[in-house]
Amino acid sequence: MNRNANSQTKRRPPEWWLTLPSFGWMTLFFLVPSALIFLIAFRPALPNGGIDDGWSLAAVKSLFDPSYPLVIWRTIWLSFLCTALCLGIGVPVAYYIARLRPNKRRWVLLLIILPFWSNFLIRILAWQTLLHSEGPVKQLLEFLRIMDPQTTLLYNVWVVLTVLVYTELPFAILPIYAAAEKFDFGLLDAARDLGATQFRAFWTVFLPGIKRGLLTALLVVLIPAFGTYAITDLVGGTQAEMIGNVIARRVLSDKNYPQASALSAALCLVILTPMLIALFTQRQNQRKQDKNGGAAK
Amino acid sequence: MGDFFELQTITKSFGKFKAVNNSTITIKKGEVFSLLGPSGCGKTTLLRIAAGFEQPDEGRVILDGRDITALPPNERQINTVFQNYALFPHMSVWDNIAFGLKVAKHSKTYIRQEVERMLDMIDLEEHAYKKPSLISGGQKQRVAIARALINKPQLLLLDEPLGALDLKLRQRMLLELDRIHDEVGISFLYVTHDQGEAMSLSDRIAVMNQGRIEQIGTPVEIYEAPKSSFVAAFIGDTNFLESGKVIEQFPDGYCNLKLDGFPDVICYNDNNHAVGEPVVISVRPEKLRVSFEEPPARQYHNKVKGKVEDIIYFGSETKYFVRVEDYRLSVFQQNIHFLLEENQIKWNDEVWISWHGNDSYMLQRYKPEDERLLAVPDPEYNPPTNHSQ
Repeated sequence: MNRNANSQTKRRPPEWWLTLPSFGWMTLFFLVPSALIFLIAFRPALPNGGIDDGWSLAAVKSLFDPSYPLVIWRTIWLSFLCTALCLGIGVPVAYYIARLRPNKRRWVLLLIILPFWSNFLIRILAWQTLLHSEGPVKQLLEFLRIMDPQTTLLYNVWVVLTVLVYTELPFAILPIYAAAEKFDFGLLDAARDLGATQFRAFWTVFLPGIKRGLLTALLVVLIPAFGTYAITDLVGGTQAEMIGNVIARRVLSDKNYPQASALSAALCLVILTPMLIALFTQRQNQRKQDKNGGAAK
Repeated sequence: MGDFFELQTITKSFGKFKAVNNSTITIKKGEVFSLLGPSGCGKTTLLRIAAGFEQPDEGRVILDGRDITALPPNERQINTVFQNYALFPHMSVWDNIAFGLKVAKHSKTYIRQEVERMLDMIDLEEHAYKKPSLISGGQKQRVAIARALINKPQLLLLDEPLGALDLKLRQRMLLELDRIHDEVGISFLYVTHDQGEAMSLSDRIAVMNQGRIEQIGTPVEIYEAPKSSFVAAFIGDTNFLESGKVIEQFPDGYCNLKLDGFPDVICYNDNNHAVGEPVVISVRPEKLRVSFEEPPARQYHNKVKGKVEDIIYFGSETKYFVRVEDYRLSVFQQNIHFLLEENQIKWNDEVWISWHGNDSYMLQRYKPEDERLLAVPDPEYNPPTNHSQ
């Protein structure tokens, strides 16, 4: 812990050039394309697809399409619910793995990473097969007279949510585990010793202790969830469309790149703005704490 | 004041390993009681059972007449100072100390008043709002103590509390702990492998080895009258004279002993060993005198002749290793005179070693492996013959 603090305070000047390669990479493949998307949003579209010369606000105005609010609302609540579920499952799982003996940990981690070895689309299609009206799950439920043959398991928001959680869960577990593994479980003993119940020790000591992991998991799950379109496409149907599907349709079938760009840019702003605000206020708080020496309660 | 905290016939196994074996300790009110032993002797397990982190397989935990064996740690009026402090890194010093009171849902004014009282006691007011990572090891230690004391426990457990500190700081904290104990007046159960800490702080000490309690007594009892060769060897340094036999018992308590590979010696027979009974003698190095001149013959004094094989100079004292027949005796001599003017004892010098028969102690049990605890240089090592100085 002390060593960390030292390396942070004693940052030597020539180190900045070490970040140059990653900075260059980010600029070339992330910042420039993002800037391009923001630019294209202000270009007129060609009737047969493609981008025309000159500037236009048509694409930006198209954001006020009356069909959008419902899709955007669905995107938001699905993504947040998915994130909440992933964190809710990820924390106990990560806690459990971190408390295992190291040789057992490896095997459990392997089990979590294992699904990554098969292709993402194949895994979604597997869900489709599984939940299909001729598939084993539906057949079983029909046989047990829990479901009637007319209804279908597929093509609704709940399937989308299930598959979304299934896909994102490992991305939540891994960073939380990485934080939990470094957590000093003796601190839980200390909290218990001082009178805290197990539950209280978990909330006031364990969760703050793995805060970084939780934050990483939150971002790593929430942001891809916002952009989902393959899952909704394959198991969700039109009833469960998310903003990603609309963008995909603008690009693939309408070939209206400015409108697609406008939507992407809007999505980008919706995600980035709260993040930047959070980051900024956190910095401010930190600075305030450093200045007057911490939390005056 | 009677016994107030008891660990009764505690046994605890982890798999096949018996960490604690049928151990009983009783602590009086206001007493500093130490569990002393090498690592892996079961002292930490015993402490964790007292705190409630482990359940004993057998035995009971009694606090103030009440059986608390089944109570979880948060329901015991016992608090712990952990080995590596275990301060909550995301909380300030203030919040760390206040934790116990907040959990107990005390009023804000009471919490503020108590935390400030604690901060005053450990003299850390100016660091109250710092995170633990920004304060020094000794300061962390004091925060850990304050945090454990704020709930006004009936018993404070300390698990190697000074282990992570350097020597000078350790000595200072030892005095500080003593002061805090005087101030709060509750019982301390102090777990350590450092005999110096245990001796200087404790009213009584339990010496543990391999899950068993070897001896319980005051520091002086433990040091001067060790019950086993393990205790004699673990606490301080000693010389064992083994395979002795009582050959003659005098009416005033002294007896003559015959030894293999060592001249006959006279020793006070504390435990009334019978004539013919095999015994081991333990003689502390500082009880031996070393001199060039033959000491005058006196009643109940032993004197043997030997050759100096090794000398370790410590400044305030010097340790000599002297060959006497089959034995290498270690002798501690305080350098109470100005050494440069003295006729110094050198390697290969012939010297006399003497001690009073009351200064050695007779043990019954002897395990040769206990000798490994002693600081004796390798006897196979041959000193260079032309050693100058």
